[in-house]
Amino acid sequence: MSKIDSEISKIKFTCKDVRVAYSGKEALHGINMAIDDRGVTAFIGPSGCGKSSFLRVFNRMNDTIAGCTVTGEVYMDGQDIYAPSLDPVLLRARVGMVFQKPNPFPKSIYDNVAYGPRIHGLASNKAELDHIVEKSLQRAGLWEEVKDRLKDSGTGLSGGQQQRLVIARAIAVSPEVILMDEPASALDPIATARLEELIEELSQKYCIVIVTHSMAQAARISQRTAFFHMGDLVEYGLTTNIFTNPADPRTQDYITGRTG
Amino acid sequence: MPENNSIHASEYALKRLNKRHMRERRFKMAGLGAIFVAVFALIWLMSSILGSGYKAFYTHSMTMDIELTESLLDPQKLREPDKLRKGNFRLIIQNSLYARFPDVTDRKARRELFDIVSSSGAPNLIRQMVYQNPDLVGQTLTIKVPTSDHVDQLLKGNIDRNVKEERRKVSDRQIAWVDELIASGEIKAGFNTCFFFCADSQDAELAGIMGAFIGSLMTLFITALIAIPIGIGAAIWLDEFAPRNKLVDFIEININNLAAVPSIIFGVLGLAIFINFFGMPRSAPIVGGLVLGLRALPTVIIATRATLMAVPQSIRDGALSVGASHIQAVFHHKLPQAGPGILTGSIIAMAQALGETAPLLMVGMVAYLTEIPDGVTDPATVLPVQIFIWAGNAERAWIEKTSAAIILLLLVLFLINGFAIWLRNKLEKRW
Amino acid sequence: MLNSVFLLVLVLAALMAASFVFARRKAKATVVAAGEGAGLIFHSQPGYYGWLAGIVSGLAALMALVAGANLSLNPWMTLTLMMVVGLAGSYFAASRVSAEFRARTYVEFFIKTLLVTCSLIAVFTTVGIILSLVFESFRFFQEVSFLDFLTGLQWSPQTAMRSDQVGQSGAFGAIPVFTGTFLIMAIAIVVAAPIGLLIAIYLSEYAEKRTRKIVKPVIEILAGVPTVVYGFFALMTVGPAIRALAETMGFSVPTQSAITAGLVMGIMIIPFVSSLSDDVINAVPQSMRDGSYALGATKSETMTKVVFAGALPGIIGALLLAVSRAIGETMIVVLAAGRAANLTGNPFEAVTTVTVQIVALLTGDQEFDSAKTLAAFALGLMLFIITLVLNFIALIIVRRYRARYE
Repeated sequence: MSKIDSEISKIKFTCKDVRVAYSGKEALHGINMAIDDRGVTAFIGPSGCGKSSFLRVFNRMNDTIAGCTVTGEVYMDGQDIYAPSLDPVLLRARVGMVFQKPNPFPKSIYDNVAYGPRIHGLASNKAELDHIVEKSLQRAGLWEEVKDRLKDSGTGLSGGQQQRLVIARAIAVSPEVILMDEPASALDPIATARLEELIEELSQKYCIVIVTHSMAQAARISQRTAFFHMGDLVEYGLTTNIFTNPADPRTQDYITGRTG
Repeated sequence: MPENNSIHASEYALKRLNKRHMRERRFKMAGLGAIFVAVFALIWLMSSILGSGYKAFYTHSMTMDIELTESLLDPQKLREPDKLRKGNFRLIIQNSLYARFPDVTDRKARRELFDIVSSSGAPNLIRQMVYQNPDLVGQTLTIKVPTSDHVDQLLKGNIDRNVKEERRKVSDRQIAWVDELIASGEIKAGFNTCFFFCADSQDAELAGIMGAFIGSLMTLFITALIAIPIGIGAAIWLDEFAPRNKLVDFIEININNLAAVPSIIFGVLGLAIFINFFGMPRSAPIVGGLVLGLRALPTVIIATRATLMAVPQSIRDGALSVGASHIQAVFHHKLPQAGPGILTGSIIAMAQALGETAPLLMVGMVAYLTEIPDGVTDPATVLPVQIFIWAGNAERAWIEKTSAAIILLLLVLFLINGFAIWLRNKLEKRW
Repeated sequence: MLNSVFLLVLVLAALMAASFVFARRKAKATVVAAGEGAGLIFHSQPGYYGWLAGIVSGLAALMALVAGANLSLNPWMTLTLMMVVGLAGSYFAASRVSAEFRARTYVEFFIKTLLVTCSLIAVFTTVGIILSLVFESFRFFQEVSFLDFLTGLQWSPQTAMRSDQVGQSGAFGAIPVFTGTFLIMAIAIVVAAPIGLLIAIYLSEYAEKRTRKIVKPVIEILAGVPTVVYGFFALMTVGPAIRALAETMGFSVPTQSAITAGLVMGIMIIPFVSSLSDDVINAVPQSMRDGSYALGATKSETMTKVVFAGALPGIIGALLLAVSRAIGETMIVVLAAGRAANLTGNPFEAVTTVTVQIVALLTGDQEFDSAKTLAAFALGLMLFIITLVLNFIALIIVRRYRARYE
């Protein structure tokens, strides 16, 4: 495990010997790492290296997959999120997630964003809800495009807009962390660029962990990068260090395009 | 614990979260409850039918010494079977009963005494024996005759002995006689062969399901002959050869709709077209089979198409690429792959046809028939319709018969469907 | 009659088999005579020449049979004619054996024609249904006005036995029949819709794989029980149970009532609703559920607010199919609903339905020109139209719904 200078910022997550197995087959072999409270942390690595499985550890989305088991300890702000007393529903309210393919609900744009605040009871009246929806859409950089058609279906938007809608939907719940699982993989370059700008903005306020396939993207937006390979965390450190001066030959091979 | 200032950790939020989890549990309980209701309904149905039906599988019969008095049956000593058949066998049975209970002399009491045995079943039994072997006349035989359904019901505990005499179907005297005959071993319980091997009858103790069973077999044979080949042919054409145009779309929609047309409408079709227009015989398995065949047709088509569509196109393309014609590719390669699925679908469609009642009422298969049908143009009935006919009789003995017939029908359906599922699991390929 | 049919089939089969063997042998001999490697020059394999001869001879013999029947020849003459014509056909087909002759093409054309005919039989069935219903209904509406039928409040189809009887002309107002039908259908749906849906949701979202494997077939048994069995169950068990229950609460319900029939019909439809809803719910992509869980929604919130909302059109389609099934169901109502045409909305009374009336009017001996019998066809036509429209709408909704997630 690389040394992280925790003077820069607080630590949000601490993982100790985290293992993920699907129907008994281990996909992640004991990961130890700490993730900063602010800024963007990127997970990179070849397909099937376990980076997405690891991302789903932080909001316990692995619980929803039949046969998936997670062992080890994960602390969020010092609290064990795999403790039996911990409520995954509450955890997921605090840790939002954005998926690979935009998945707006088959509802109106407004209802998509209002869904989270409604189930969590974050607004006590319509005006408050309107305010949350507007603010979230503004933060996601979508407000100007959709403010006149909030009643239209969310599935009618373009791919890039859908992904920003989904981000707005996540922000509306007031999370502390936003997990992003290859959020730009289904988007065209222009939409990707907009999304990256948005991620940078959001990183001022939220802890963002992003899985990405594109090393260029990791280099552009992240402060820290973790390189995974075949279920192991190979290298973790400041993005600039990883890309200019990788310590491990596997990292070197991957970022220079020899594997992956 | 570090301080947690997230809005989700506020007291209000946590309280609300509790409520949400309660709602979650209630929802889950509702789902479990729904399953419970459905399973309970199934158990209720099965147990009510099993409970009232199992007793029909045994019955009581009485062993009697019967003197085939020559002076009564054949005074001229001709021994002609056809004449002998007309003899008064009722009297023979009565005499035998009076001889068994010599102190019963009162007319009314004697009538009650005769009511212990099946009033038409017992004489008919000897009639048949004498008809087949005229030399029996003059001898004394020891044979078993069926008891009347009232006695049978009494012995099965379905008639309450504590009810006032006027309000029950057996008199105190009859109960005394029956008890005596039971004690002496003359009346005994045994397997109810007649229920399995007799045709319908007006007397509950003589009614059996054989006629309906044979009728069902014949009807189903015709149904299979119609629905399976035509259904498979249509499915092959639609799946492989049909051009993509409006007409074919129409045919497909039509088939889907036909599958959902109420089955009674098919009966009306059979009545109007096959019987009234083509003049086919009423009540015959040929018409019933045709109607059910058309009813099962869309089911077979839909099942076959589903299996054909599941066969990867690559199998057909492989055959085409080595120079097979389209027909060859389909019949030599695709169809064999889909075979097990088509077979399963067809069997399940036949099981459905076996349980069908309403359309057969329309083509007159509700006739009361005491003969087992000989051919597909003879009047016949089928198991479900037999159940329907018997269900109209409110007496205990008939409820028992009806339930027993249902048990058999369900058993047959269970076996057929079970076989189909077994076949599917055994032969099914996954791509 | 049966024997003669059997004989005919036998003769035909023998003729076709003989033609097949004859032509195939000839084709093989021709190939051999043509020398080594000639098999490749021949357009079709020898078997196809055989098939073609079999088909040609069979068709020829069938034509001879039709001709014989039309000319009313005696059976033996017809049979002889069939043999002669059939053999001639077979000889003709065999005489065409040559390398260029495309036997397979002809055989395949014949097979395709056969397959098309199979598909058309389904269409003819629909046409037959429509024609028979429309034709007889038309005769009915010549005697009873369509308006009276649709709006009349009294249904008593007993017509006069003798012409001098007064007041026995029969009333054909179908409103009481339709109210009865819809009342029972409504009860059935009220029972089946929530139970069926909840079962589908529980099994697809909550139950473990093992539970699902056991519960699903058990529920499916309910779908395999013949309707006459449900009818008997309603009549003998549920009806008396409801009456007894009502008596303990101090009011009286007849054994045959709308509630009995509706309740049992509801039970019958449960597996229908649950398996259709199961398909629909599973068609909602997992990513919708993931999106909702990731926002911190519970399972029930995800189900009721996201999955259910997404599946709604499909569920409506499934329910419409269930409604159509309930309206067309016959045996339960025949046995458990009664025959009295009461115009009532009270579920605790005996009512009658369209299907019950069709059965009542068309079973037993009947004259085909009395309004009483013809009324059954008019009811049948209404039933057909209603179910057709329901199925059609349901199919369109379900198809659109499927397209949405594909």
